[in-house]
Amino acid sequence: MTDVIHELDTRRLLCPMPVIKTQNKVRTLATGDCLRVISTDPGSLNDIPAWCRINGHEVLETGEQGHEVYVLLRVGEDNGALF
Amino acid sequence: MTEATQPIQRRAIALVSGGLDSMLAVKVMQEQGIEVEGVNFFTGFCVEGHTHAIRKKDKDKDKRNNALWVAEQLGIKMHIIDISEEYKDVVLNPKHGYGANLNPCLDCKIFMVNQATLMINKAREFAGDRGFDFIVTGEVIGQRPKSQRKETMPIISQESGADDRLLRPLCARNLPPTLPEREGWVNREALFDFSGRNRKPQMALAKHFGLDDFAQPAGGCCFLTDESYSNKLADLWKARNERRYELDDIMLLKVGRHLRPEPHYKLIISREEGENRFLEGYRYMFTSITTVSCPGPLALVDGNLESEEEVSQAAAIVARYSKGRVLDEVTLEVRQADGVARQVTVKPAQPDDVPLAWNVG
Ligand code: SF4
Repeated sequence: MTDVIHELDTRRLLCPMPVIKTQNKVRTLATGDCLRVISTDPGSLNDIPAWCRINGHEVLETGEQGHEVYVLLRVGEDNGALF
Repeated sequence: MTEATQPIQRRAIALVSGGLDSMLAVKVMQEQGIEVEGVNFFTGFCVEGHTHAIRKKDKDKDKRNNALWVAEQLGIKMHIIDISEEYKDVVLNPKHGYGANLNPCLDCKIFMVNQATLMINKAREFAGDRGFDFIVTGEVIGQRPKSQRKETMPIISQESGADDRLLRPLCARNLPPTLPEREGWVNREALFDFSGRNRKPQMALAKHFGLDDFAQPAGGCCFLTDESYSNKLADLWKARNERRYELDDIMLLKVGRHLRPEPHYKLIISREEGENRFLEGYRYMFTSITTVSCPGPLALVDGNLESEEEVSQAAAIVARYSKGRVLDEVTLEVRQADGVARQVTVKPAQPDDVPLAWNVG
């Protein structure tokens, strides 16, 4: 069975907005869900994986396509929602 | 020890800016067995990555978000919270006034601690035992002229609503004991009494903890402390006859060369490829001008070009920053926000045609 991959477009946003958007999106997802974040801020290639490591999510893939970068992640056990 | 007698694990929320002080404050708490989670507030003015993300000269700089990096070093969770909308009121109407530039530091600190207080209150309501017991900041008395004076410390605690649930581990021993100290959750004797601008004690403590890589220790966290940036913001308010801004406005103040030839319009001219691409993203919101007959920058027109003369004036200025600046004529495209475009051919402005006074910021 293929995983459902949610998409998040953060093009044109600059650090730390792509991370904030990723965090807020992940809070709406369930453990095991996959999310592909697309960004035009090259810093996202560092920041989103760092955010994933801190918060227990798995980075499945990262890459660049022209001026865009992407990060594919899998939501860990705790999606980080405080309330 | 039976389960019933085991001490409760105390938890704190720490305001983490990404600088050394908040990093040390968290470390001191961790040493005392406190479980810490970090919170970092995005005001819209944070210096983080924005500029290095797009400028070539910063290409080799680490494009790391310092707050995230700090959290990783400390092994803590991090909540990054976008407060840019609510923060407008802090910038526009600071009850305690501004610092050297448009930095409303004291109101800012009160606001941030207040946001953290609301978070811990909510977390306690929803998470019960998993809630947070107190708030930690890296503040040091006397470090900043306005927001970190001895007299302002209680103002921050009181006006934020945190009261004695706000602990500043780096200077706690210069202040009355707070709830976590009185309750014995933390040992006051193992906290510090730093004060003043001398950063040697922080450096020594960093060394003690084995921390040798950290972001620029003092200041530099926010564009509002920057004179040129504050001038651009003040110019924006003046031109609009009103003190207001949107997130896009304050992002654009970080990018390009800003020239105001007339009170009713300003040009934002890219200085390089990365800025060009960034400004591209705004072409659906502004009239834009770009060179056609030679390589050149992309410029946004913030305001209105009210006559053909002004269109030519703006085009000539943009041409001045293009590869065609020495030519007799340059053709440019003037495109409205709705995509309707036309071409104009002008003689590029000469250096004397662009007075320094037009330079905003
Ligand atoms: S420098 Fe900026 S972020 Fe820091 S306290 Fe002052 S206003 Fe707030």
